[in-house]
Amino acid sequence: MSDYYEDKDLPRFPELAKYRPELYDIFMNYYQEVMAAGALTVREKALIALAVAHAVQCPYCIDAYTRVSLESGSNMEEMTEAIHVAAAIRGGATLIHGIQAHNVAAKITF
Amino acid sequence: MMIPFAQRLEGLGYPELQAARVDTLQVNLGWRCNQACKHCHLEAGPDRPEQMARETVEGVIQAVARWAVPVIDLTGGAPEINPHFRYLVDRLYELGVHLRSRSNLTVLLDPGFEDLPRFFRDRRVELICSLPYYQEDLVDRLRGPGTFQKSLEALRRLNRLGYGEPDSDLELHLMYNPAGAYFPPHQEDLEKIFRRELEKRYGIRFNRLYTLLNMPIGRFKEHLQRSSNLEMYMGKLAASFNPATVMGLMCRTLISVSWEGRLHDCDFNQALDLPLAAGLPQTIREFDLPALETRAIRLEDHCYGCTAGQGSSCGGRVAGEV
Repeated sequence: MSDYYEDKDLPRFPELAKYRPELYDIFMNYYQEVMAAGALTVREKALIALAVAHAVQCPYCIDAYTRVSLESGSNMEEMTEAIHVAAAIRGGATLIHGIQAHNVAAKITF
Repeated sequence: MMIPFAQRLEGLGYPELQAARVDTLQVNLGWRCNQACKHCHLEAGPDRPEQMARETVEGVIQAVARWAVPVIDLTGGAPEINPHFRYLVDRLYELGVHLRSRSNLTVLLDPGFEDLPRFFRDRRVELICSLPYYQEDLVDRLRGPGTFQKSLEALRRLNRLGYGEPDSDLELHLMYNPAGAYFPPHQEDLEKIFRRELEKRYGIRFNRLYTLLNMPIGRFKEHLQRSSNLEMYMGKLAASFNPATVMGLMCRTLISVSWEGRLHDCDFNQALDLPLAAGLPQTIREFDLPALETRAIRLEDHCYGCTAGQGSSCGGRVAGEV
């Protein structure tokens, strides 16, 4: 193995069904149902997925949902804004934890 | 390893794909174009010498008159550039056929062509105009610098003449194709986005949006090879094969004639120089409707480009549901 992440591994996702296939099937059925058009469109869900893919830093998901976003009519401005939303929430989440540090410091200092 | 397209159809119970009828004659007037788009399957451009000659144009008119083909679809290159274009449109208009012409839009602003929108209007020509997106950067990268702004100006002029208005019979449709190695969005969803954005940003109106998948031949195939995407793209086409598209494929109701007057099952087969099957009429002078409307269609692996997902054709998607 030359690298932990190989793009040729993405289409091998179904190999996960080799063991406990019923769990894989339940997951995939759920996944497909979630990503289908509902109260949100497929395009909106793809942009959410693209943002989450960046937040969890999954190269497979970034690859997949960049393509899905383009194929559902989104443009680079919209996709980049979605990624900024992920970055903003991650950054904000980091910063809000600063209150915990302030609380701890307040508790143990004069 | 990809299953050959013909074998894939055979597995579905179609030992051969037969035409259903011929209601459209698609006439390719030549490969000269004022643009040189990155996806063009014909590798059209300003330096291409291929142009339909007057004698072949006469052959088209005679075939249409004799066999009463109801729809004539003019394409290129930029068909307007052919010196016999207006003559052909006038003769076909006199025959009372439904006229459809494909335009890259920017040619309508070129010197000597500015009156074409009125020419089209006066002959009730349906227009299918290329506009791959509603943003400048993406369109110009695909079709050349300055294309987007010129396209908008041409669309405004067409709108002013009544083209694309909801209550007008002057039909103005847009043709979308992806700006790279990915599939088109769902046609109706994208149409809503285009309608909203073109109206909001530029005040432009149109009737329908058609989505076209980039065919892995010509200039687009070269791009796929250069960018190491060919294997991925072909694999994706084959993996996305949708049996529901087969009966609606455009080759089952259309026949294509090249600038040389040769007959083909579609414009893509024309680009690949694939003639009709042996034993069939081969030129416009030999046009014989009964033989052509029951013909077996010539299939190669690029045909996966018309059967992937929602399907693809010169009239947009083929299947409603994927």
